Amino acid sequence: MIAGLAARIGLDRVRRRGAAGAAAAGRVWAAARLAYWLRWKRRRLLLRAIRKRRQLRAVTDRTAGIAPEAILAFATLRNEVARLPFFLAHYRALGVAHFLIVDNGSDDGTLALLCDQPDVSVWSTQASYKLSRFGMDWLTWLHWRHGHGHWCLTVDADEILVYPHWETRPLSALTGWLDGEGLQSFGALMLDMYPQGPLDAAPYQPGSDPVASLPWFDAGNYMIQRHPVYDNLWIQGGVRARLFFADNPRRAPTLNKVPLVRWNRRFAYVSSTHQILPRRLNRVYDTLGGERMSGVLLHSKFLHMIANKSREELARRQHFENSDLYTPYHEALMQSPDLWCPHSTKYEGWQQLEDIGLMSKGNWV
Amino acid sequence: MLVHTALDRAEQVARHWVAGGCPVVIHVDRKVPRAIHDAFAARFADLPDVCFSPRHACEWGTWGIVAASQAAAEMMLARFPTVRHVYLSSGSCMPLRPVAELRRYLDARPTTDFIESATTADVPWTVGGLSEERFTLRFPFSWKRHRKLFDRYVDLQRKVGFRRRIPPGIVPHMGSQWWCLTRRTLSAILQDPDRKVYDRYFRKVWIPDESYFQTLSRLYAQSIESRSLTLSKFDFQGKPHIFYDDHLQLLRRSDCFVARKIWPQADLLYKTFLGDDAAAMKGTEPNPGKIDRIFAKAVERRTRGRPGLYMQSRFPRDNWENGVTSSPYSVFEGFTELFEDFEPWLARITGARVHGHLFAPHQVEFEGRQSTFNGALSDNALLRDYNGRAFLTNLIWNTRGERQCFQFGPGDSQFISWDIARDANAQISVISGAWAIPLFQSNRNFADLRTEAAMLQKIESEHLSALRSPWAKGRIRIWTLAEFVESPMEALQQVLDEVGIQEQRRLSEVPRMVDLTGFGQFLQNLKNQGMHPYLMGDFPVDPAPDNAQKPARKPYLVR
Repeated sequence: MIAGLAARIGLDRVRRRGAAGAAAAGRVWAAARLAYWLRWKRRRLLLRAIRKRRQLRAVTDRTAGIAPEAILAFATLRNEVARLPFFLAHYRALGVAHFLIVDNGSDDGTLALLCDQPDVSVWSTQASYKLSRFGMDWLTWLHWRHGHGHWCLTVDADEILVYPHWETRPLSALTGWLDGEGLQSFGALMLDMYPQGPLDAAPYQPGSDPVASLPWFDAGNYMIQRHPVYDNLWIQGGVRARLFFADNPRRAPTLNKVPLVRWNRRFAYVSSTHQILPRRLNRVYDTLGGERMSGVLLHSKFLHMIANKSREELARRQHFENSDLYTPYHEALMQSPDLWCPHSTKYEGWQQLEDIGLMSKGNWV
Repeated sequence: MLVHTALDRAEQVARHWVAGGCPVVIHVDRKVPRAIHDAFAARFADLPDVCFSPRHACEWGTWGIVAASQAAAEMMLARFPTVRHVYLSSGSCMPLRPVAELRRYLDARPTTDFIESATTADVPWTVGGLSEERFTLRFPFSWKRHRKLFDRYVDLQRKVGFRRRIPPGIVPHMGSQWWCLTRRTLSAILQDPDRKVYDRYFRKVWIPDESYFQTLSRLYAQSIESRSLTLSKFDFQGKPHIFYDDHLQLLRRSDCFVARKIWPQADLLYKTFLGDDAAAMKGTEPNPGKIDRIFAKAVERRTRGRPGLYMQSRFPRDNWENGVTSSPYSVFEGFTELFEDFEPWLARITGARVHGHLFAPHQVEFEGRQSTFNGALSDNALLRDYNGRAFLTNLIWNTRGERQCFQFGPGDSQFISWDIARDANAQISVISGAWAIPLFQSNRNFADLRTEAAMLQKIESEHLSALRSPWAKGRIRIWTLAEFVESPMEALQQVLDEVGIQEQRRLSEVPRMVDLTGFGQFLQNLKNQGMHPYLMGDFPVDPAPDNAQKPARKPYLVR
């Protein structure tokens, strides 16, 4: 039995290598310790989310009507009445059956708009966004409560998911294919879209495609490293790194996400949807030279409302771990700067993103 | 027809076959609950030509599928005596051409069995390393549910050297599980006096549905066409590709009779191919060539990826990149120091994009000193140095189709030193020690110069040791400054030949070399101060008169 245990944790191999194996043994133990620590971290996150459920007040709860294989969308949002019509229309067209949304103290009619939708369940809270791990505690609770066994899409109101063939194949085709491949998670790069000229030059019309207002993006300035703990790829770059974080690139926003997961109530997102536990769900990339399938979240942060939102954010200080460091960033945005440069690329569709290499079809023909 | 899910679609397809005059025997997986099965069967009450065979549990890779095919085939042969060809299909198969066309095709070939069947040694199809061993090991554990046990048991048998005896008289063959056999062949297989022996043997073979009929048909068939009439593509893990609505044109042009797997919600495909107006194709032979190419490309994309691309779903480990960068580029070290107008000259003569010192400490020197470059790369040095390798690979990827040239030297940030050394796409030309020329020309305190020279020499010597290491894969040429100055034209010509300029002409125009009068003395002064510059080679301490004989070097032609 002892031999069996040794074999399981890799000790037998270490022993065989003899003296040279001492370092390897150290690594094995370090890996085991890390795995143990992460397991407890995941449990802590879950417990925390279960405790925080009391902060949520159900406004409209239509979750009883969720069918067994339904694809669910989860979001925390605040004052998104302009973006919501297109957001809901886009994901409905992709085949999201039900939206589970936490409204964090909106005062612009967002709540009323959400309550009118037949396929939306809404919870409301006035509690701190930051103290709820940027809304993740609330969503983790909803995942735990309603997501188990479903494919769950977790996005922000300003993120529009596109993936290979999305115009002709709904999400159920994608999730069916992922199931067939034995995959439980699907990665997407957050791509910051921006207009040409000052950000407030062309007001956005609610319901229209935000990408039509923000057709430009940075095509090839992304920096990738592997996260040593969570095993995800840590991707930074794009327009925000280029313009606002060039002097401190480490602080540049993280762009990798795992928005679509076949949920199990043991899962928990760690920071936004950038990282998730258990770690295997973060491995949405190939390390042997091949390409896995992946998508892109078109990020419509830079619509004309951004100046006001930044002003509000500077007062609320709810958005970043270390808010002071991001003050210059918000102050810059309040001036409605021009993010465009002569080497910006104009969005043409998913085939273009695939061709540029921002996402990949993998072997999904 | 083997069915386990999407029963609605299965019904639709079955009705299509019957309407085309083909009786159908349906096998429903035993894992489908009885109530659902009965309701499904009841829906065919109006069709006498559809019957249901005894149910077996079908798990992928196990005997159940063969047992199901046998039972269904027996029923088909017994119930419908006029049947001449039996086509094994599944609920997710779809006829692409009118059934009448398939009938005509088979009528013209009444004794031909269509079954893909090849010996294990001759085909590279198998995924997962088990080919011949499928037939010589035992597989009591489920691959899907008990993967570890499965693998362990295979390992154990290999170690022990266990081999099963293959029943005499048969040679294992493999191929697509979707066949179309004649009554003659099929009944011979099913009524074989030795069937018990074969069944017992194949029961423990791995994935018997790809080998049972394929092997046994070799015993009886009059003429085997070793191909499947069903178009079915597999990915690199052996899982079938799925066809969606957007494959309509592709499938239409394939001229295949049947395709699988069709996504159950592909309404357009079902409407088009099962509709009454299913336009007859030209009555030609199946021609899946285009589909084959597209799917082969997809497998390559999935397994090898696009070289030089680093992105969210492709991030190879070191040495698995299959090309550190995406295309060839040139690095020049020491050339701008030695020649006065090297960059514009190089751009003129090669037509390539010529950058300055991309890795200069304070700013990225893009071509024309632009503040951004292709792909919106920024000229900010901090951003670049945050991930030097990403900067380089992005630059080369963003400019696919154009050759990039840039300057490099010990004064630059050195993050990419190793990356370019081990990159087979890099063409690196070094004039070692040329960094001393700007020092020589500058008008700074000698003590400062001495310190800086020592530092630059140390950095460059480290860089050179990377270039000379056994891991270096680039096309690397290193001259000492002394060697290069000895015969600069020859060296330049060599470099340019590798960059690959179109015109075969010899260099008609050469860049102007800086005046090196007194340089030897400068080096000697450094030596006298205790700092020995060695990377530039043996530079003569030029006696002034000797140098005076040939003042400014003039550009000249090499013939």
